[in-house]
Amino acid sequence: MRVEMRHIYKSFGPVRALQDVSLTVEAGTIHGLLGENGAGKTTLMKILSGYLRPDRGEILLNGEPVRFASPADGLRYGIGMLHQDPLDFPTMSVLDNFMMGCENGFWLDRQRARRALQELARLFGFDLDPEARVDRMTVGERQQLELLRLLRQGIRVLILDEPTTGISAPQRAQLFDTLRRLAREGKTVIFVTHKLEEIEELCHRVTVLRQGRLAGEAAPPYSPRRLIEMMFGRSLSKPERRPALPGEPVLQIQNLIAGDYRLRLGRVNLTVRSGEIIGLAGMEGSGQHLLMRVCAGLIRPWEGCICVRGRDLTGKPYCAFLDAGVLFVPANRLEEGLISGLTLTEHFQLVYPTGGYLINWERARAEAQRRIQEFNIRGEPETMVEALSGGNQQRAMLALIRKPVHLLLLEHPTRGLDVESSMWIWQQLKEQAQQGAALMVISSDLQELLEYCDRIIVFFGGQVSEPMNAEELTTDQLAQMIAGYGWRG
Amino acid sequence: MRCKEALLPHIRSSRWIEFGIQSLSVLMALLFTTLVLVMAGAPPLEAYRQMLEGAFGSLKRMTDVLATWAPLIMVTSGLLLTFTAGLWNVGVEGQIMLGAIAATGVIRALQETGLPPFVILILAMVAGMAGGAAWAGLVGLLKIYTGIHEIFGGLGLNFLATTLILWLIFGPWKRPGIASMSGTEPFPEHLWLPVLPGLRLSPWTLILALSSIVVVYVLLMNTHFGLRLKAIGKNIRAAHRLGVPTSRYMFLALLGCGAIAGLVGALQVTATYHRLIHAISSGYGYMGLLVGMLANYRVLWSVLVAFFFAALNIGGIQLMVTLRLDSTLSGVMQGALVLFVLLAQGSQARWKPTLIPESRDDA
Repeated sequence: MRVEMRHIYKSFGPVRALQDVSLTVEAGTIHGLLGENGAGKTTLMKILSGYLRPDRGEILLNGEPVRFASPADGLRYGIGMLHQDPLDFPTMSVLDNFMMGCENGFWLDRQRARRALQELARLFGFDLDPEARVDRMTVGERQQLELLRLLRQGIRVLILDEPTTGISAPQRAQLFDTLRRLAREGKTVIFVTHKLEEIEELCHRVTVLRQGRLAGEAAPPYSPRRLIEMMFGRSLSKPERRPALPGEPVLQIQNLIAGDYRLRLGRVNLTVRSGEIIGLAGMEGSGQHLLMRVCAGLIRPWEGCICVRGRDLTGKPYCAFLDAGVLFVPANRLEEGLISGLTLTEHFQLVYPTGGYLINWERARAEAQRRIQEFNIRGEPETMVEALSGGNQQRAMLALIRKPVHLLLLEHPTRGLDVESSMWIWQQLKEQAQQGAALMVISSDLQELLEYCDRIIVFFGGQVSEPMNAEELTTDQLAQMIAGYGWRG
Repeated sequence: MRCKEALLPHIRSSRWIEFGIQSLSVLMALLFTTLVLVMAGAPPLEAYRQMLEGAFGSLKRMTDVLATWAPLIMVTSGLLLTFTAGLWNVGVEGQIMLGAIAATGVIRALQETGLPPFVILILAMVAGMAGGAAWAGLVGLLKIYTGIHEIFGGLGLNFLATTLILWLIFGPWKRPGIASMSGTEPFPEHLWLPVLPGLRLSPWTLILALSSIVVVYVLLMNTHFGLRLKAIGKNIRAAHRLGVPTSRYMFLALLGCGAIAGLVGALQVTATYHRLIHAISSGYGYMGLLVGMLANYRVLWSVLVAFFFAALNIGGIQLMVTLRLDSTLSGVMQGALVLFVLLAQGSQARWKPTLIPESRDDA
């Protein structure tokens, strides 16, 4: 089936996720969709599969305009999406998951479904036990199950969102074989990824998105340089910088291995010194957030140890990290960072309590006013944090940093902020470093990392690079490493 | 970013809208009850008049309303601690029962000794608080160490508490000779909590009720303890990250609520029934949950709502006497009220403009 998306626009509140994006995919081809984090890949695919509705623009299937009100509508037209995180029912069996959404009528026909499952699995060479519970299976197996389920529903367009994250090499090879076979049979496959080598290996054509806009299209043979340029943009000039004077080691990580159900991070050996800013670069989900949370004491590592200023904190609770002067500022401001429904004054009282058991609200308000001025927050002491703008929420989070701070961990401190706010935030961070704190910062803005950090670590699929001197790096080199070039050597 | 700041004055002005919607839902509940009355073949206006008459017709009736209001507002104020911490303490019913059991146990053990009655009564109250707190503490331990949700832990413990009372009434504490649903042997009269002459209202109950309101109000509005509970209730992850010891404070909130509920249980035993009976909690626990929700988890509103509920309960008795309608009509009204208010809140949330995060993790 030929899929056409014409002039798609989509905004989430003030954020423009997609602007005038068009995409044409021919039947029987594998089409890559490439872009960095937040480029709009997933949003575009959610619109195509009926999960989201576009603000403007139209979708044509074989030349006929269609409108989807729900994912079920999308399925009815034969469009199925394999999501980044498996959307299955972990506590149910493979067979029950397989029947979900396929069976019509009132009675379940387990025998028929079992035969269909086994037949499909044989066809594609998957080894799935119908009685196994889904939560005991690997991500790769769950993906295979989901794939078979979609195929049984008779889909003609298959969308895969970052399908190779968290699956093993043989599973990946098997998946690619399956996709090629489906394309030969005339199905349309759309493959969303940020890994260049997968595009080269698999795709007949590729569309690149950058910051919600169409950045370009390409056909094989691909030029990696050209694709990287489309992904990250041109004008990559090298910024000015000043050398820092690192002091005592603050954070020492030895032989660390950590992980969650889909990613294994390791081994990490790293020393961060006082006065130093380390930048962490990598695609979303490459392990940088995991390392950050391990350093903050929110996730326990599987192996290895973490010392902060000479004290071994491995396996200690979060409050021990707090007491040691480790502070974590998360990216999702209103989920982990601030408490919606509490005012600025109340936030400051939580972190810096005044008086004994009783709160003196007069004094608390004056105290809050002082901090609001110091950190240049546009708001009143009585303002609820959710009513602040993003930049002011970020300032409030910086104002809530307990003193003394020795290790400051920040996720995307400038995400979604305008230039002025970003510069102000970085200035604050530089000041913290000059006062002797060690900083680790995650950002997807490479320019920013190169400009403000002393050393940079790159993450790719759980692998961690050696810290590299930011001075000797170019944005191009960094972008290549993020996209998976120059590893395994 | 600009448009978010523009939302600020909107959030402030919505208080009047909130009030209007709240009144509308009260009106809807009245309409619904009227419909029920019409279907039951009773003259609605006459029924409402009778209810008012039943609640406020005489000094005795008015003090009866107060005697119902006092334990209800105590339970509600205790629940406000757990509500603030984001906990659904439905185990409050069992906590009242355990308070009653503990108080009965102390009185039975000490009634033969020559201790002065007020010492025994005070000991019974303290035992009641300890019993309620222990039962609530169990809910907390189950939640913190084994991850059992407080609703399920609480419901389970409610069943256990009911069974425990039945076992005591029919087993170790049964009346000599007969064991019956009428409960244990009544206490000697000098161990009854003194009431106002000719009335059912005990001044001590009233004093305890007023002080529990004040204590909870001050705790929630003016202490770091209350602020931390509020932070946990609004966003437990962020509170944890900001350094609030979340498990400890949730446990403390449960202990506080359990202690107040236990005290209510002790009052039920010493002031109202003078023995342990099967239905010792009078359903104050579940009613307290409704009052708290209806009052939007605010202390001062709870005082009024609890009074309204108490008046409905007492006024409902009159319906049975004069119109031969079942007194459960007041229950119908209370339930309808809660449902309509929740309905209004839900639909209000749908109409409100939602704040959308500026950056999304869409890759």
